[in-house]
Amino acid sequence: MKNIRYSTIKGNSAGYLALLALLGAIAGAGLVAAFMMEHYGHFITGMNQQIVWGTPHVFAVFLIVAASGALNTASIASVFGKTAYKPLARLSGLLAIALLAGGLTILVLDLGRADRLIVAMTYYNFKSIFAWNIILYNGFFLLVAIYLWTMMDPTKTQYTKVAGFSAFVWRLILTTGTGSIFGFLVARLAYNEAIMAPLFIVMSFAFGLAILILVTMAACKWTGRPLGDALLRRLKNLLGVFVAGTLLLLLAYHLTKLYITQYHGVEAFILLNGGVYTQLFWIGWMLLGSLVPLAILYHPSWGRNRSLIGFASVLVVLGGLAAMYVIIIGGQAYPLLIFPGKEVASSFSDGIINSYTPSLVEFVLGIGGMAVALIIVALALKVLQFLPESLADEVVDPHHK
Amino acid sequence: MTFGQLSRQCLMVAGLFLALPAIADDTGPLAGVPKPRAKANPEFGCVRPEEDMRKHHMQYLLHHRDETLRQGIRTKQFSLAECVNCHITPKPDGQYARFGEKEHFCSSCHTYAAVHIDCFECHRDTPDPEKIQESAMHNPHAGLKLTRKDVAPLSATVGEAR
Amino acid sequence: MDKKTNPTDQARRRFFGQVAAVASLTVAPGIILQQVAHARAPELPASDRQRWGILINTNKCAEGCDACVTACQDEFGWGPDSPNEKHSAPNQKAQWIRKVKLTDKQTGHVQTLPLMCQHCEHPPCVDVCPTGASMKRADGIVLVDKHICIGCRYCMMACPYKARSFVHEELHDQKVNAPRGKGTVEACTLCVQRVDAGRQPACVEACPEQAMIFGDLKDPESAISRELRERGGEQIRADLGLNTGIRYQGL
Repeated sequence: MKNIRYSTIKGNSAGYLALLALLGAIAGAGLVAAFMMEHYGHFITGMNQQIVWGTPHVFAVFLIVAASGALNTASIASVFGKTAYKPLARLSGLLAIALLAGGLTILVLDLGRADRLIVAMTYYNFKSIFAWNIILYNGFFLLVAIYLWTMMDPTKTQYTKVAGFSAFVWRLILTTGTGSIFGFLVARLAYNEAIMAPLFIVMSFAFGLAILILVTMAACKWTGRPLGDALLRRLKNLLGVFVAGTLLLLLAYHLTKLYITQYHGVEAFILLNGGVYTQLFWIGWMLLGSLVPLAILYHPSWGRNRSLIGFASVLVVLGGLAAMYVIIIGGQAYPLLIFPGKEVASSFSDGIINSYTPSLVEFVLGIGGMAVALIIVALALKVLQFLPESLADEVVDPHHK
Repeated sequence: MTFGQLSRQCLMVAGLFLALPAIADDTGPLAGVPKPRAKANPEFGCVRPEEDMRKHHMQYLLHHRDETLRQGIRTKQFSLAECVNCHITPKPDGQYARFGEKEHFCSSCHTYAAVHIDCFECHRDTPDPEKIQESAMHNPHAGLKLTRKDVAPLSATVGEAR
Repeated sequence: MDKKTNPTDQARRRFFGQVAAVASLTVAPGIILQQVAHARAPELPASDRQRWGILINTNKCAEGCDACVTACQDEFGWGPDSPNEKHSAPNQKAQWIRKVKLTDKQTGHVQTLPLMCQHCEHPPCVDVCPTGASMKRADGIVLVDKHICIGCRYCMMACPYKARSFVHEELHDQKVNAPRGKGTVEACTLCVQRVDAGRQPACVEACPEQAMIFGDLKDPESAISRELRERGGEQIRADLGLNTGIRYQGL
């Protein structure tokens, strides 16, 4: 393997500027949406007293989960010593920071009192897993930044392994925390499972890698840098493993719930008769987000086709958003079990499936956060040396002849 | 701009900000500074001497708010509702001024000083309809006979509040 | 300030304790007596020697009657008669207390009851709140400190009773007793301002059937404790182990 050379992208082509303009417009629209929600109040959204977390949270949690997964490629190189992944380690760290920043932007701007962000930073209830997550997010930024520093400063490379290991452990804890936000909710029948934490971790592997593949492909293509088949093959095989891993944990989750009578209602809702949630689960998450990508990635000839690998990655991302919609909103749509053995009716939606119609402002805020993440990536590639000059097989693959 | 120039300018700006409270403390009236609207009834006076309230009302209110909400201590001296009952008076048209209007006691200064407060996003910004009659006839600070000499011992409480 | 070592406070407490004792001996028995016993001087903090609760007899709770709900709306200024929340959709409007109709799946037996914040001893909303805005007073009343609530709604996700509401729009002309505003979460306060003044919660006072008893669960001689001892009272979702302050008979 030759020495890998990194360089900044020129960032003055019409295409680059157009991309920034497009992303800027989306992010700007997201900001306007957030401002409207703060100014008028949440009545302009589809969220209500029953579905308290809506579309913004779908995007936010997806991005936060994907952020920690995006770091995985760097971890494989630094912690597990697989040198083939090393050229992508810097980009992997950058994506991790950018995706987390995008996700947190959404989460913060959706708060009822976003103006009180300083309160969230100064008052801590240490029993709250949410408060723990605030600490975990900040720590993640710091550790990944240090990790990137040790990779990019030639005088600090001896610390890369320590920094990479710390960041790896931290990201596992972080996603455990994200999953536990749901796992610790005793009263919600769809959550309240310890498996939410590992499920979120394996989902993060898949979502983060899918985004990394897409960003790598796009960056190499648009800057004319070679991208070898060997590296791409490794990445796509790994993506397949992660998608399959998600299915395994999801199977364990649903089998557990299906076995326990108390959960039959909520399982029937998600899997059989939940309308949009059932469709999103089976068509969005299972078929398009898992099975089709798996078929493409492991198909003897499709799996060699770059466009199809990219398509499979897009499907994994869309499937991930569908998964978040089913988990977050579907989980809230099913009524709480307050009076076992009784039929319940009230003026406050007791005993009925809660309705939720996503609004435009929520959706725009969500994609605005995604745009923020991509803007950070695009700008960072221009100012610092994140991207290798070549990812060609003879540069990257230790076994290349 | 050299570093020396930059730091000098920063110092000047910082000095300006440091000097501001001193100017504000000056008892002499500054041209253009709005006076808070008069209290409802001059003979009752405020719950603390005016100059003390001007400087410390935010600390009294903050301390009181936490004590009331978290411990259930419901003394009236620094209750925001009592401030509003007494200080918010009807405009010439008979309507009570809302927070944000220049006739509103709190707005008059806070708008000028550009100090954002969010008290009235939750708290009522006009007097309690049930108390209006009462305030007009009775001293809302009944039982609190505060004079100048009370200021010193009470200042100790402020220290704790901070 | 350290409350435990403040001699003035202790002296005051003793004094008011004696006043209450004397009052309960001299005042004729009845509701008045109970109110005097509850009264606390304004400068004294709530104490963990009390734990406030309500016992609700669902057998007396009449279907179609919503006097408790209306009383709460009047007291705190929410609901259809309030000038506020006119932009919010019906499922976005706050409800601090609601009447719930239960039909037994086996027998078809129908009953109704008021459901509000259950003022848990171990409230999940307090556990999950990132800033500590969800809090429990020494006397067991669970409140939202809207001064530090950031509107994340995690407490609403965590509450097993759906007792909390989020304010979806700007409010004006709030009741003096009920500061509430856009972007924060709110719920039944057990009429904390009435309780501190030695009065009963509005819902309890309004119930035409006297189906609700308010009182101190820690005082074995209070009406609520006696009734609980003699006739029992269940918690909703007792399996969660939250030890609620609101108890129900006839569930």
